[in-house]
Amino acid sequence: MSSAADKSKNYLNHEKGLWSWLTTLDHKRIGIMYMITVMLFFLIGGIFALLIRFELFSTGGQIVDADGYNRMMTFHGAIMVFMVIIPGIPAFLGNFFLPLHLGAKDVAFPKVNLMSWYCLIIGAAISFFSLFAEKVATGWTFYTPYSISETSNGAILLVLGAFVMGFSSILTGLNFVATTHRLRAPGMGFFQMPLFVWGLYSTAILQIIATPVLAITLLLLAAEKTMGIGFFDPKLGGDPVLFQHFFWFYSHPAVYIMILPAMGIISELITAFSRKVIFGYKAIAFSSVGIAAVSFFVWGHHMFVSGQSQVAGVIFSFLTMLVGVPTAIKTFNWVATMYKGSIQFQSPMLYAMGFLFLFTIGGVTGVMLAVMAVDVHFHDTYFVVAHFHYVMVGGTLMAIMGGIYYWFPKMFGKMYNEFMAQLSFLFIFVGFNVTFFPQFILGAQGMPRRYFDYLPAFEPLNRVSTVGSWLIAIGFLIGLYVIINGLLKGKKAPDNPWGAKTLEWQTSSPPPHTNFHEQPVVTGGPYEFR
Amino acid sequence: MSGHHIIPFSVYRNVLIALLILTVLTVAVAKPVSGFDAGVFNFLIAMGIASVKAGLVLAYFMQLKYDNKLYLAVIVSTVLFLGLLFSVAMIDWATRVPEISTL
Repeated sequence: MSSAADKSKNYLNHEKGLWSWLTTLDHKRIGIMYMITVMLFFLIGGIFALLIRFELFSTGGQIVDADGYNRMMTFHGAIMVFMVIIPGIPAFLGNFFLPLHLGAKDVAFPKVNLMSWYCLIIGAAISFFSLFAEKVATGWTFYTPYSISETSNGAILLVLGAFVMGFSSILTGLNFVATTHRLRAPGMGFFQMPLFVWGLYSTAILQIIATPVLAITLLLLAAEKTMGIGFFDPKLGGDPVLFQHFFWFYSHPAVYIMILPAMGIISELITAFSRKVIFGYKAIAFSSVGIAAVSFFVWGHHMFVSGQSQVAGVIFSFLTMLVGVPTAIKTFNWVATMYKGSIQFQSPMLYAMGFLFLFTIGGVTGVMLAVMAVDVHFHDTYFVVAHFHYVMVGGTLMAIMGGIYYWFPKMFGKMYNEFMAQLSFLFIFVGFNVTFFPQFILGAQGMPRRYFDYLPAFEPLNRVSTVGSWLIAIGFLIGLYVIINGLLKGKKAPDNPWGAKTLEWQTSSPPPHTNFHEQPVVTGGPYEFR
Repeated sequence: MSGHHIIPFSVYRNVLIALLILTVLTVAVAKPVSGFDAGVFNFLIAMGIASVKAGLVLAYFMQLKYDNKLYLAVIVSTVLFLGLLFSVAMIDWATRVPEISTL
């Protein structure tokens, strides 16, 4: 039995000083380092988002010229995709909770885990250099030949930065696969694992298989730029659409790297706050793997109007619609879990329900965009902008916020202010819809994206959208206050404030350095509410 | 877990000889060097030889032939995913219809 003195020792006070954090091998500390990093990047990306919306408040230039707008848009996209949403859940919440979910002391390769954080920092530094010093203004997709001809080496540096950050992603993925296979607690089979672990596992496979393609792309870009070998530039005999094939072969699965772990969090939140066994455990688990598998076959739907052949377009259109099947399986199972449950409307659950509402809109508009004839009209309009923000922000970011509030008591041993957290949710949810729903209408009316100016007819809805962005900003500022206030003044959290059933709630809050005071033994499923 | 597999020296020697012969063959079928002209097959022959060489290295030097079959499955699945990327990109390329401007 452990003593009270043992229980006062935890991963936060196990060692002291900045150096102990920078050299830590503890997955929980590395998770917290990822949290701070990602929140900082989110702040920078968010400021650019606000500036973009401010610029679009009225017709004509407000604060920047067209080139400045292109750069802001590139900064926002590249930072949010590569530095926030991709590492957001796996590297932060995944790192912290995967071993705790499995009843393990740490991940399989702790040193590799630390290395992955440094890779993110180095990759981010290279990307920031390309963005700020080389003034890349190509959008986060850096399509050739424009990206090669219009910047000196900026696009190559940005791809290099993305790949180094991708390497961080690969290392995290490797660690998660090995940890899931080798370090489960006694008695825990694959079907006793929490569904968040299934989400992380499926994501890890994508991280390992898809990310190396960025390296091939980088090599070809560098060869074209430095040696003049024609891969993508038509002047040199290359094919610009080939770049898009390479880029989206990674970047489309990357969309699922962003959303699959989010779905895992939602499974945890809905079962915990409905106080019910999850409906269709195996269906949800296998649908994660199914989404991961199908996600490799759909990249061409980004290229319907690129000059890609109609045959390829038809194949990609059909395959894209297939993704809707496992996704709908998850959604129906979540709703079925809530049916006749004892639902508690605390802030993590509010975020989970927000996810269901917003992600469904994002998903259904995704199916609309998968129809080739419809996509020809909607392509590169604000309809697409609204669609992917409903998926990425309405989906992934909602899940991250829900996950932070859900696990905050476990991570820091403190409770947060529930009222303020709910107020934050209200601002973010309402603000999000006010910002992005008008963009569906603007897109349907034909307003193109990535332009710094627009026709006067689009002005009223653009103003509504900009006001919405201010509401979102207020919501996140309240959220930041909730977190800081909780850290400084929060009441001491009990070990299991939500009455949840997964293993991380069986240890003290915050957990000790080695996660558990005694090795947990699993004798049943992960969600045995009775 | 099986231990490190000891491969006889003669096997390494034979594989090395095979690799050297295949390298000479690669040069021999290279059009700029030897003038060997089989049209589009020049490329296919060169890629075929390179694939055999890579297979020999994987099987013997990297010992995949003697190791846990899981590693073989990992390698094969990686190659399949690369094949997926290339083949679908090729489907696009091969089925494009040149557009004729109406202007």
